[in-house]
Amino acid sequence: MKEELFISGRDIPFIDPVLHIWHWQIPLYLFVGGLAAGLIFFASYFYLTGKEDKYPIAVKIAPIIAPIVIVLGLIALLLDLRHPAYFWQLYTTIRLDSPMSWGAWTLGAVMPLSVLWPLIYIYELKNYFEGMICKMPYKILNWLTNLIEKNWILKWAFALIIKNKKPIAIANLVLSVILGVYTGILLSAFNARPLWNTSILGPLFLVSGLSTGAATIMWMAKDHYEKLTFSKIDLLLIGIEIFFIIHMFMGFLSSTEVQQEAAALFLGGEFTAVFWGVFFIGGLVFPATLEVMELFGYKIPISIPALFILLGGALLRFIMVDAGQITRYLY
Amino acid sequence: MGGKKTSRRDFIKISALGAGGLALANPILNWVPSFFPKEEKPIDESKAKKFPTFCEICFWKCAGFTYLNEDGKIQKIIGNENDPHSNGRFCPRGTGGVGMYYDNDRLKTPLLRVEEKGENVFKKVSWDEALDFIANKMKKISKQFGPESMALLYHASSGSYFKHLLHAYGSSNIAKPSYAQCLGPREAGFVATYGTSVSSPEPVDIKNTQCLVLIGNHVGENMHNGYVQEVSEAIDRGAAIITVDPRFSTIASKSKYWLPIKPATDLALLLSWIHVLIYEDLYDKKYVEKYAFGLEELKLHVKTNTPEWAYSITDIKPELIRNAAYEMAKASPAVIVHPGRHTTWYGDDTQRTRAIAILNALLGSYGRKGGWYFPETKEVPEYPSPAYPHPHWSWQDITKPTYKSAGTGISNDLIKASLPDNKSEHKIKGWLVVGTDLLSTIPGRDITIKAIKNLDLFVVVDTMPMEITGYADVVLPECTYLERYDDIRSNQHRYPNIALRMPAAEPRWDSKPGWWIARELAIRLGLQDYFKWENVEEELDWKFKQMGTSLAEMQKIGVKVYEKEKKLYLNEDEDYFFNTDTGKIELYSLDLETKGYDPMPKYTAHKQPDPGFYRLIYGRAPMHTFGRTSNNPNLVDLKSENELWVNPKIAKILGLEPSQKVWLRNQDKVVSSFPIKVRITERIRHDSVYMVHGFGKTNKNLTRAYGKGANDSELITNIKIDPIMGGTGMRENFVEILITNPKQEVI
Amino acid sequence: MRYAMTMDIKKCVGCSDCVVACQTENNVPSGYCRDWIVENVDGTYPNLEMEIRSERCNHCDDTPCVRTCPTGASHVIEGGIVKVTPAECIGCGACIQACPYDARYFHPDGYVDKCTFCDHRVAKGQDTACVSVCPTHSLAFGDLDDPNSPVSILLRNRKWKVNAPEAGTKPQVYFLI
Repeated sequence: MKEELFISGRDIPFIDPVLHIWHWQIPLYLFVGGLAAGLIFFASYFYLTGKEDKYPIAVKIAPIIAPIVIVLGLIALLLDLRHPAYFWQLYTTIRLDSPMSWGAWTLGAVMPLSVLWPLIYIYELKNYFEGMICKMPYKILNWLTNLIEKNWILKWAFALIIKNKKPIAIANLVLSVILGVYTGILLSAFNARPLWNTSILGPLFLVSGLSTGAATIMWMAKDHYEKLTFSKIDLLLIGIEIFFIIHMFMGFLSSTEVQQEAAALFLGGEFTAVFWGVFFIGGLVFPATLEVMELFGYKIPISIPALFILLGGALLRFIMVDAGQITRYLY
Repeated sequence: MGGKKTSRRDFIKISALGAGGLALANPILNWVPSFFPKEEKPIDESKAKKFPTFCEICFWKCAGFTYLNEDGKIQKIIGNENDPHSNGRFCPRGTGGVGMYYDNDRLKTPLLRVEEKGENVFKKVSWDEALDFIANKMKKISKQFGPESMALLYHASSGSYFKHLLHAYGSSNIAKPSYAQCLGPREAGFVATYGTSVSSPEPVDIKNTQCLVLIGNHVGENMHNGYVQEVSEAIDRGAAIITVDPRFSTIASKSKYWLPIKPATDLALLLSWIHVLIYEDLYDKKYVEKYAFGLEELKLHVKTNTPEWAYSITDIKPELIRNAAYEMAKASPAVIVHPGRHTTWYGDDTQRTRAIAILNALLGSYGRKGGWYFPETKEVPEYPSPAYPHPHWSWQDITKPTYKSAGTGISNDLIKASLPDNKSEHKIKGWLVVGTDLLSTIPGRDITIKAIKNLDLFVVVDTMPMEITGYADVVLPECTYLERYDDIRSNQHRYPNIALRMPAAEPRWDSKPGWWIARELAIRLGLQDYFKWENVEEELDWKFKQMGTSLAEMQKIGVKVYEKEKKLYLNEDEDYFFNTDTGKIELYSLDLETKGYDPMPKYTAHKQPDPGFYRLIYGRAPMHTFGRTSNNPNLVDLKSENELWVNPKIAKILGLEPSQKVWLRNQDKVVSSFPIKVRITERIRHDSVYMVHGFGKTNKNLTRAYGKGANDSELITNIKIDPIMGGTGMRENFVEILITNPKQEVI
Repeated sequence: MRYAMTMDIKKCVGCSDCVVACQTENNVPSGYCRDWIVENVDGTYPNLEMEIRSERCNHCDDTPCVRTCPTGASHVIEGGIVKVTPAECIGCGACIQACPYDARYFHPDGYVDKCTFCDHRVAKGQDTACVSVCPTHSLAFGDLDDPNSPVSILLRNRKWKVNAPEAGTKPQVYFLI
């Protein structure tokens, strides 16, 4: 029998007996980051390819969600900090080696731009929300448009934004990719956690983020053509995601002992049921099946696959953050 | 590195389930506010104030300095480099001694037992009230039964002033549990062989040894500082270590030979070693011829004790027994068969230690470099005071008729003399207990409690609320060693040396130093002539000046080492007189023979566990001293509870899981007060279980220690008394492992 | 200058003095520790092997903790000592995730805390608190660039290993075997 134990009574909060310093905040932050990245990406991409009117929801309406969820993510991030009074220290330096620093600066840039984009379409948004049961969004937008119209400075600024639509779209496109990749890289930068120590995590999280974005657009879309297009995009992304996941585990199994052990958490270990049963089946295969069925003409409320994809995307991050903290080097 | 993979993972898995999955728990900082000041700056040693002290956490009494931080608060204790006990390095307990000072569970004010609404409660009283009460009672006892009926049981350093008080009062009924519950047998065994006891620190020359033999002695888990340091040096030097232990102790893992002995059979192994040394002509003939008496008798005596014979008893292969013996012979005389310290095991302990003493003699190691050196102690003069009154009777009249070789007072005999059924004329009616929790040190707690209930006066002087404090009439809070002066430390060593302890801080709350308490009592008893000094500084200064130094100098240096007057080892062919009947090392003990005991050690079989029972073995953890530190905040951080070591085979049979809580029930149906967590480990034999002594505290005032782990003492109810010196053998107790609390089973 | 520590597995008895000495020297809050003892047992009774190690921050040459720190609070000072500046630390935990040795923790005040190799002592030419107190002399400290330092001498004359070398951090606490 082999035994390994601390004999000096080490029992440090959140570190022992198993690392658990990141709770719900970081996975939530990663999820909304990915979602925002997806929304912004599709909006700027389809705008730049001139499909603004083909996919009005994707370009004009859905991006309003991005700044809202980014704020949510920032709140979560702030809640995660144990020394939050020193938050501003993030913006005193740029550290290219640190994904946390990357994230802080990327969000710092994405945040204002993600607000600018829906501003461009403020009248379309007003129309979209008019007549909704919930009056709040409409009222806010109405108040905003009134404000812009009455104040000449705001009016001038608004015109300036409209004029620079294209550069904003380009910046948004670049930043959304950085943001999407970043949510995966944040974890894979930590070599010390064998589960995260894979280059597939970046692309996986990017694709997953795009997929949640597509699902949101698909859910919001009114027009059948737009719905169908994003359903197809989403299917493709889910396919890529599954491919990445399988590759990730193949990589683990052919890698070092610690990574094999990390993979074992999902292959018979304690995360097996939640990962394969809930995330993989419930968050990928099930919604994909529904989408395929819809393509073949079955009438399926689009909200169901969309919801499952969103929940699956969140779950993936919760699982990866949680399980990753358990894996470690053994010596 | 890669190979050692499973276990931290295993260990992780226990709680990974709780933490894993989708744990959405809010971060809760379960931080207990630190007793340190908020500003977390390391101390600047060059600017810090420091005061000499010697440690009170164990009997090794290492000397060092207490450092204060910038706020004038005690921050750390560091060893004194001139101190031969510590060589400038404290052990974890000594370093963690600050926790004793900062422990807020300490006794704070004098307490007096009073009856309120038909219930006994402790009332906070003034020192005057408490001391007057005690003095009056003591006067009454003296008048009614004679002063001899007052006994002192102690272990703390300040016991020295209480001893003086008791002698002045007219009693010499003084005992330390460290004799009959710990090192007594080895003292008696060595006195019978060499005419001198071993004493403390043991004068074993580990620094120069080539081979160290340890019989159930877990150095490294016992943190006897200088001893551990020298063993470490020996390891560095490549000296061979031979460890006999049913448990894979820390030192066993560092030994050349580990002999995983069946418990209670050590004497058979020792006799077979004696057999091998004599019959294979490996003993030091010149030495034995010159210094020893009774070789021929011994040779005849061990004739049949071959390694093959021992194998059938001890489970140790003859080849291993022989190889170990050869290793010792090869190193002779630079070899030590260590006498151990806690030697009260099976009731024939003096004889077992005799066998150890004989082995050392055969190997020619006593008085030889790398074996045993001749220690030297600096005599501390007594402060002038009148002669003590002569007591009409003493502990000797109680103990000596039965235990003829008892060297000092025997705590459990004094306890017995306090029982209501004591029909003899030697009755004990009052106890002064200083710095020892008798209920966890003296086996047979029911007897102790019965005796306590029969007392006219029961005073406890201590720093912490121990279990025994709950039974006292008066509780006197002593301040810790960091807040007081004490008598001069002068222990034997290679070089004679002395050390000073002085306060580094004012006593917290209303606690007082032992010397002050003893003196105040003396004044109230009309014995002020015995304490003529106004304060202890005056007394210490007088003593130091007689020893060629002064209090002022000692306050700076802390430790003074003197030149040697005696030699460390025997010279080649030197004539040497041993303090025995024959003047020689007695392989055959005439003294024991005249007293009616076996003149040479004989193996007798001891009981082995019945099916379903496991022998209860207890021991030490390096970060705790017996039961005295289990509430120390610094040391609780290192180890907060003990675990029950169970062999994996047994765990499988019983279906035990790691860290599962179990209850223990011994052969006399005594059940542990608290459950204990299981540690499944290969380090223990299948027929035994092991736990560290000193946990399972029942006093709720010990907020950190209460209910943590199990107390071995309460499960030790079968006591094998050593007929020679009265030691209480405690290792013949067997326990069952119960998965549910049997106390709740009863309907 | 490159500070390093050696830890002699042959001699260590796991007494944990290094842990208490660190706590009292550096005011480490109760319930936390910057160094700790690990015990490994292998085999079947009575054929057993045991290893006891005193572990702490490895003050690596390649520091993932410093690399992942977004503010520069984690940094390396003279001699390769890895330190944290509390006033720059936001408590994001990135460095804790980055450390393969679990050597860092959140101080109850929120910032990340860890072993400092007692830089305040080392600067004055003293040993670290844990080294200076170790009763078995299992710990040694010194400058690897100085061939006569205790660590250089020990590493020349003894076999050694480091913890998790495959993590690629080039740890500077060496275990003498």
